[in-house]
Amino acid sequence: MSKLLGSLKEAIEKTGLKDGMTISFHHHMRNGDYVLNMVLAQAAEMGIKNLTVNASSIFDIHEPIIGHIESGVVTGLECNYMGGKVGKAISRGILEKPVIFRSHGGRAGDMENGSSKIDIAFIAAPCADNMGNCSGKYGPSACGSLGYAFSDAMHADKVVVLTDNLVPYPLKDTSIAEGYIDYVVEVEQIGDPTKIVSGTTKITRDPVGLRIAGLAAQVVKNSGYLKDGFSFQTGAGGASLAVAKYVEEMMEKDHIKGSFCMGGITGYLVDMANKGYFETILDVQCFDLKAIESIRENPKHQEISAMRYASPAAKSAAVDSLDVVILGATQVDTDFNVNVHTDSNGYIMGGSGGHCDTAAGAKLAIVVAPLIRARLPLIVDQVLCKSTPGSTVDVIVTQRGIAVNPAQKELREKLEKAGLPVKDIKELKKIAEEIAGVPKAVERGDRVVAKVLYRDGTLLDTIKNTI
Amino acid sequence: MRRTMLFLPGNTPNMLINGDTLGADTIIFDLEDAVSPDEKDAARILVRNALRYQSYPGCETVVRINPTDTAFWKEDLRAVIPLKPDVIMPTKVNGGAMIREVSACMAEVERAAGIEEGTVKILPLIETAMGVEKAFEIATADARVIGLFLGGEDFTADLHCKRTKEGNEIFYARTRLVCAARACGIEAYDTPFTDVEDMEGLEKDTEFAKSLGFAGKAVISPRHVDIVNAVFSPTEAEIAYAHDVMDAIEEGKRQGKGVISLRGKMIDAPIVKRASQVLEMEKAIYGGAQYE
Repeated sequence: MSKLLGSLKEAIEKTGLKDGMTISFHHHMRNGDYVLNMVLAQAAEMGIKNLTVNASSIFDIHEPIIGHIESGVVTGLECNYMGGKVGKAISRGILEKPVIFRSHGGRAGDMENGSSKIDIAFIAAPCADNMGNCSGKYGPSACGSLGYAFSDAMHADKVVVLTDNLVPYPLKDTSIAEGYIDYVVEVEQIGDPTKIVSGTTKITRDPVGLRIAGLAAQVVKNSGYLKDGFSFQTGAGGASLAVAKYVEEMMEKDHIKGSFCMGGITGYLVDMANKGYFETILDVQCFDLKAIESIRENPKHQEISAMRYASPAAKSAAVDSLDVVILGATQVDTDFNVNVHTDSNGYIMGGSGGHCDTAAGAKLAIVVAPLIRARLPLIVDQVLCKSTPGSTVDVIVTQRGIAVNPAQKELREKLEKAGLPVKDIKELKKIAEEIAGVPKAVERGDRVVAKVLYRDGTLLDTIKNTI
Repeated sequence: MRRTMLFLPGNTPNMLINGDTLGADTIIFDLEDAVSPDEKDAARILVRNALRYQSYPGCETVVRINPTDTAFWKEDLRAVIPLKPDVIMPTKVNGGAMIREVSACMAEVERAAGIEEGTVKILPLIETAMGVEKAFEIATADARVIGLFLGGEDFTADLHCKRTKEGNEIFYARTRLVCAARACGIEAYDTPFTDVEDMEGLEKDTEFAKSLGFAGKAVISPRHVDIVNAVFSPTEAEIAYAHDVMDAIEEGKRQGKGVISLRGKMIDAPIVKRASQVLEMEKAIYGGAQYE
């Protein structure tokens, strides 16, 4: 028996894909992914219509999906993150049905509890054998962790593995095992691994970004969490990574040994673990080639699924054991709600990813952002989209001051005592407006183009069309 | 207190808006070397607008103008003096006459703008052999002069020698400037350390400058600010000692003592002066202004 089929077309036929079904994709190839476009092109050629695409993330490389929406091949879209190119089209209203946004944990949880049904999952696998055992660690298109694909493999009715690196059975060091896989298809290339690096995995050199990072590291230090056993997550943005650098300096100075670092993993976190600052790396997604090499070679570097990372449906998830997370924001409002879905003009250009999952789970959720970005104040009366509820956000760090959630009185006192520039969030808003002026309200239409679901599946907010 | 004086290119809006958040005691808006000739007017307008619309709480503002042998320096002064920056930094200063020329032009603009004459101070940048030799003359040329500032790069070019990290080639200029400044009761400020990546070298160079008597140091990278600030800040022990000195003075006064001693050592006027300087710095640094 072999599950290996001759072509993608044959696989689509065998799965019984038909009009109205939901197909799913993972995004570990990030902006280098060829598989989503490949499958949709094939489905379109076969005359299939009315598909719902559930992709853990949509990147700019997936721009051809706009054409498939216009031609009726795709009529539904669900994701945790959406890049600016497709986001702009969605914001203008090309899709009749609202996009469903989830978080990374929420997507896995909704598949687990059955509220998000996947008919056919397509898994881009940098290596696989003919029975579907697959991994992201080996091969010319290696992407490292396959963390987000686990729930698709486990919960979809049919699962197709696409690989450009077919190896003899059995694949050593399998991530997703054959028991979940229906078919395997060999293709020329599943993606361009050089585009996994998003360009935001280098420590910022911007002095303002560094200043913000320095203050955020001071918040971490004075919060009391920076001690032996410390666990830490930081995004791939340049300023977030700079926080890691300053935290590392503090750990070195005070001889602190952390327990784990987590998240999208960059070479910087790999280096920190290798220097002994963290015992373990929990990796749901690799952000650069160094992380990919490390997950292959280093036993301390563990691949984890989205369920283990952040699912609210699981009995526990790693985010629940996290001490500190550093997060970004495009907007923050005076109730500490954070927008990471739209830009300041209301166009979709992002998504929660693990933002609301880690904010909810971590003991200390710190948002770092410049107080003014492209002439617009960061802090507003009401965010254009509530991506992460303010009740889960503890501290906002800007170059002109630190705002502490009023619910965290003790933390505020600690930071004030340490001489940090703690300010009321309304005061920060005023400072920004004194410099940049009060921005005109963004006009938006009355059509809902996206629904933002919180990690527990409840509706958090909607995004209206731009005009 | 000018532990750190951070140079910011006058044609970078992001730096002009955020200059006061980078931790430096003083920010120097540069219209000279950091700005190419075809951008001089743009930088001048940007710096003028930054001074007009932006406030820099807890941060002194200096504008480095173009040399007096260029066509730009008077325009620079006319643009910025009405906005009352704290200090003007004339460049390639080689004698007292140049200071008086700049001061006279400043006075003219101040009068026209309805500002009290002498409001804006002068911090001369000394970066030629002639300037170093005439340091005392420069320091005493005008009441606006608040200090002397050494520019090591141009100075070594003028000496026809290589600028090194060890800095033997500028040792004479450093000590000469400190001595001339102290002789006139003003401060001396050291040249920047130019290797942006070498933090160890920066610390060493800064400690050496402090040991020679400099009151602060210019920096060309915001990443250098924290280290230079730390070197020029009083240590915890120095602060504690300064408090003890002041307490002993108070106690002595109460008891009507003429001669006051602390830990077996007589407290004389220089010790009291030094202690009050330390306490002033403590207030400036830790009185909430540290991160402002």
